[in-house]
Amino acid sequence: MVLVFAEASNGKFKKAAFEAVTYGAKTAAALGTECHALTLGEADAAGELGRYGAQKVYHLNAPELATFDSAVYTAAIAGAAQAIGAKVIVLMHNSTGKNLVGRLAARLEAGSAPGVNALPKVEGGKFTVRKAVFSGKAFAEVEILTDYKIISLAGNSIPVEESGAAVAVESLNVALPAPKTKVLETKRAEGITPLPEAELVVSGGRGLKGPENWGVITDLADALGATTACSRPVADVHWRPHHEHVGQTGVAIRPNLYIAAGISGAIQHLAGVNSSKTIVVINKDPEAPFFKAADYGVVGDLFEVLPRLTEAIKKHKGV
Amino acid sequence: MKLLVCVSKTPETTTKIQLTPDQAALDERGVNYIMNPYDEWYALVRAMELKEAVGGTVTLLNVGPADNDAVIRKGLAIGADDAIRVDATEGGSLFIARQIAAQAKEGAYDIIFFGKETIDCNGSEVGAMVAELLDLAYVGDASKLEVNGTAATVTRDIEGGVQVVEVNTPFALSAAKGMAEQRIPNMRGIMMAKTKPLKVVPAVEASPTTRVQHYDLPPAKSAVRLIDPENMDELVRLLHEEAKVI
Repeated sequence: MVLVFAEASNGKFKKAAFEAVTYGAKTAAALGTECHALTLGEADAAGELGRYGAQKVYHLNAPELATFDSAVYTAAIAGAAQAIGAKVIVLMHNSTGKNLVGRLAARLEAGSAPGVNALPKVEGGKFTVRKAVFSGKAFAEVEILTDYKIISLAGNSIPVEESGAAVAVESLNVALPAPKTKVLETKRAEGITPLPEAELVVSGGRGLKGPENWGVITDLADALGATTACSRPVADVHWRPHHEHVGQTGVAIRPNLYIAAGISGAIQHLAGVNSSKTIVVINKDPEAPFFKAADYGVVGDLFEVLPRLTEAIKKHKGV
Repeated sequence: MKLLVCVSKTPETTTKIQLTPDQAALDERGVNYIMNPYDEWYALVRAMELKEAVGGTVTLLNVGPADNDAVIRKGLAIGADDAIRVDATEGGSLFIARQIAAQAKEGAYDIIFFGKETIDCNGSEVGAMVAELLDLAYVGDASKLEVNGTAATVTRDIEGGVQVVEVNTPFALSAAKGMAEQRIPNMRGIMMAKTKPLKVVPAVEASPTTRVQHYDLPPAKSAVRLIDPENMDELVRLLHEEAKVI
C-alpha cells in the first residue's frame, strides 16, 4: 500500500497536494497495490483527493495537530501507515515535508529519498527513484533498500491527473504524543504565489543597477501573474529580500517559465534554476554565460526590453 | 550552553560537476572541497554568537574519513572549541544520523545545529533523523534563533513567509540564510585551531538504507533561440505556441 500525506494550507489543498496524490496513485499502480491519502489538522473537502487516485482518504484532526510540530506529525503519519499496512509513504517536498522525511525514515528504519522528480522505477524487485543532486547540477538514481520507503516529491515534477472520484472521508485511531514546539505566529505574504510553488517567475540581477529600478521587473511579473526572484548579489546588498534569492545557496526552483533579466548566469545561479522548463534570458552582453542555458534569448537593454515585453504580454492577454 | 554543530564536507560552490566514466561517482579530479556553506555560514556562526553572548562551548561533529580534517580545522579556526570526527566512509543519511545521534547522546548538548541541507546531496533530512532518534524537538530551515535560558524562539522559513516557534532546550535545528553572517577566520584563529582537540572515534554499526545506482548530468540545452529585442510580440508568441508556458 502507498500512503500519501496530503498537506492542506489553511484548510485548503494546493496543486502540490494533488500532484503528490497523482504520484502516489501511479506508484501504487506500478506496485499493484492501492493508494490511500492522509491529511492532518484543518482540511476542507479532503474527499476530493479521491479524484486524483486516492482510493481511501483519512483525516485526523486533534488539538495536537492544529499547528505543525514535526514529532507529532511524524507519529501521526507513521501510525497511520502502520495501521493500514502502507510501506511506501509519499510527501510533498516543501517546508513541512523537509521536516518530516528524516523523522519518518528514522522512526520506521526506512530508506528515504527527499526531493524526487520522477515516478519510481519498479522492476526486478527493485524500487528506484530519481532526484537532483549537487544542487541541480546532476541527478542520481537512488535505490531504496528497505521495506518501508519514504519519498518526498519536488513540486512541478509530474502533471496532476484526475483518475477517480471524490470518496468518503474516514478517520483513524492513532496515538499522538504531546507537541515539543509551540507555534507563536505565522506570517505569509498575501496574494503572492510563493517562489517554490510558482509556475512563472521573473528574476532580476545586478544589471538592474539599483533597487529603485525594480519596477520593470514587478510590472512584467504583474502582467504575467508571476512571482519575482533575484540573484544572490542582489539579495546580499539588500536590494531585494533574501527569500527572493534563487540559486545554489538560495531557493531552488523548477517553474514552467523563468525569465532572467540582468543576470550573467554564474554556475551557482544556474544550479538553482536549470530545472525550469523554459528559460528566457535578457542581457545586453551577448557573451553572458546564461545564454548557454537559455531556451530563448534577447540581447538588449533590459530597461527597453522589459517594458516592451510587458506590453506584449498585456496585448496577448487582451488587457 | 553546550552547543553541537554538525558539519559536512562538500564540493566548492563553483565546481563544475563531472562524473567518472561508469557514472558511479563524482569525478573528484580538480574538485576543491569546503565546509558545507549552510553549516559554516549560518549554523556554526550562530552557535559562536550564542557562546559569546552567554558562555559555553561549541563542539564540531563530522562523520567521514581523515581527508575531512582540513574542513574541521577551518571550523576550529572560526572559533569552535573542539571537534569530533566519527571515522567512516560515506554510508548514507540514516547511517550518518545514527553516528551523530550516538555522539550527541553522550555529550548531552543543549542545541544541535545542522545546515538546512548539504549542497551535494540536497537531502535536508539528517537533522530531522537525529531529532527523531533522540526524541528531540526539531525546527528545520531556521532563519533566526533567540535563546533566553532554556527557552528559545526560532523563526523558520515556510512557503511565502515565516513561522515563529517556541521550543525548550534540548532541541535540534537546521540553519538557513538569515541566521547569521559568514565569518572569515583570522590568523590567530587559524594558528590556535592547530592545537585544539580533534577526537577521532569509531563508527557505530548501521546498515545502508539506500544505494545510488548511478548519476547523470542534465541533458545539454539546444542552442538558444535569439529574439529581436524590438519584437517582443514574437517572444510572447513562442512562449504561448511553442513552449506552451503562458
